[in-house]
Amino acid sequence: MMFAVTAAAVLVTMALTLYRSIKGPTVYDRILAINAFGTLTVVLISVYGFLSGRPDFLDLALVYALINFISTIAVSKYVEFSHMGRPTGGDELGDM
Amino acid sequence: MALFLEILSWGLLIIGSVMLIIGGIGMVRLPDVFSRMHGAGIIDTMGACTILLGLTFQAGLGIVTMKLVLIVVFIVFTSPTATHALARAALHGGARPQLDEPVDDDPASQGEASSKT
Repeated sequence: MMFAVTAAAVLVTMALTLYRSIKGPTVYDRILAINAFGTLTVVLISVYGFLSGRPDFLDLALVYALINFISTIAVSKYVEFSHMGRPTGGDELGDM
Repeated sequence: MALFLEILSWGLLIIGSVMLIIGGIGMVRLPDVFSRMHGAGIIDTMGACTILLGLTFQAGLGIVTMKLVLIVVFIVFTSPTATHALARAALHGGARPQLDEPVDDDPASQGEASSKT
């Protein structure tokens, strides 16, 4: 019962986050919304594991959290510098 | 003791659900990128970590608890890092925080305002 309420709250929040990621005026809004969506996916996988009585999906949640972090960092860096390597200007922006 | 743990777990799940919805509303209604990061921070820290902690009290002591604690620790470490990188990319890409009164000297004006906004 309580897991179903939590899963419903997670789904509502996913809908709000997805609205922001579609509507968002800048690309940073979309990256932020997709990052929050990935975190909500981790929570939903965990809650669904407990809801169905088999909490064996937590490995998937752990791997999803890892991939979500890496993808957010990579997309931020790509949008900032337009490529994945260090900037060639020699300024202090290469350490992100 | 089991009843106490059950009530504690339910309370944490309820608090986490409310915080998730509050963060979602904040992400929809707040005005610019830097204030929407506040809503995303509420979703990540208060919502997700509280719900996973409530699930920890449901699971008992074992490998499931270990995995849940590992997910919580990972979210706590990576969410501020990702938000920091994103804020830096947004500031470098030309997005500016919305202010009430205009300021004279822009402290981050060395990143030229590009056309990415």
